[in-house]
Amino acid sequence: MSPLLRLVARDVVRAFAQGGVWLPLVFYLLVATLFPFAIGPDAALLGKVGGGVLWTAALLAALLPVERLVRPDIASGAIDQLVLRGLSDEGVAAAKLVAHWLSFGPPLMAATLAAGALLNLDSAAFIRLEVGLLVGTPGLAALGLAVAALTASLRASGALIGLVMLPLAVPLLIFGASAGPNALKLLGATSLLFVAGAPFVAGAALRAGRS
Amino acid sequence: MTALALERLACLRGQRLLFEDLNLTLAPGEGALVTGPNGVGKSSLLRIVAGLLAPAGGRVVRDGAVALAAEAAALDEEKSLVAALAFWARLDGQDDETVAPALAAMGLARLAQVPVRLLSTGQRRRATIARVIASGAPIWLLDEPASGLDTASLDQLAGAMGGHLAAGGIILAASHQPLGIDLRELAL
Repeated sequence: MSPLLRLVARDVVRAFAQGGVWLPLVFYLLVATLFPFAIGPDAALLGKVGGGVLWTAALLAALLPVERLVRPDIASGAIDQLVLRGLSDEGVAAAKLVAHWLSFGPPLMAATLAAGALLNLDSAAFIRLEVGLLVGTPGLAALGLAVAALTASLRASGALIGLVMLPLAVPLLIFGASAGPNALKLLGATSLLFVAGAPFVAGAALRAGRS
Repeated sequence: MTALALERLACLRGQRLLFEDLNLTLAPGEGALVTGPNGVGKSSLLRIVAGLLAPAGGRVVRDGAVALAAEAAALDEEKSLVAALAFWARLDGQDDETVAPALAAMGLARLAQVPVRLLSTGQRRRATIARVIASGAPIWLLDEPASGLDTASLDQLAGAMGGHLAAGGIILAASHQPLGIDLRELAL
């Protein structure tokens, strides 16, 4: 197995073992539960806003694992050890991105089965949402990783993560929640841009953090 | 062939010149002990040699893989000691059989199944050195390997270092205390 695949496997196992997976999921389902309480049991209204509500919930849930993505590995010296074995910072960042998506995207799509029912989504809206999440969560994961690497050396990064990440995620939210004919393509384009750029941004941040 | 050479190496940290014009050549079976007061750049020197820090001047010529034992153990806290070490050993292309002898060499065989988070400071230090032993890398960079070690562990460390040199390895160590093994001294 190549070193980067080993790194992916390690990160996925750690995410499942340490709550990095479950925390965002529970949060996502909680938000999905809160909305019917706030709006009231108007099934038609809930079904109409449901897609947007769940995208907002997904965006907020994506903030939760960010602080634990990169910082612990810098503190423990694991990133140093990977780099001195000849792995590039970009390679390490790309492996972390894959691992982060695997422990964030598919579980979120699975939780959407329950969340969609809570918000009375019809089957067309539900399928649209699941496809949207499949296309959009890699972009969200990429954004999370880049922000995690950029804020890893800051002491009070918790609040900053939201301030940096949420505005950048607005395009994903707009195209994800929109029902327009080309929304899905634009969502894919945005997601691709983030996925392509994140390893380089995060890699540069890791390298700068060492000097 | 394994070799390590530092040529006119200089290190600049935040506008401060820590050292310059540093030369050192180590052949297989040779080791050097970097000494000097706190903050003189011993750890920075090891990080430069490891390739983690860019030198302000000069260059490092390295032939062979390096293993670094720095202050951070780089072992996953929730894993058992043997599993945490096996992750790095596999990454270094070693099979799992190299981990057990490395643990035994540092007197950690009985702690193999204990989670890393429960280890004491000295045990972590020994685990870090066991990671270096298990890596199979010919060049060892040891940053304060003896800090926090008891007398028995110091003997084990000296034994491991002696064995590595006898097998044609290279050691560059930074330490305040004597390591119980004869190394060329490099005062910063």
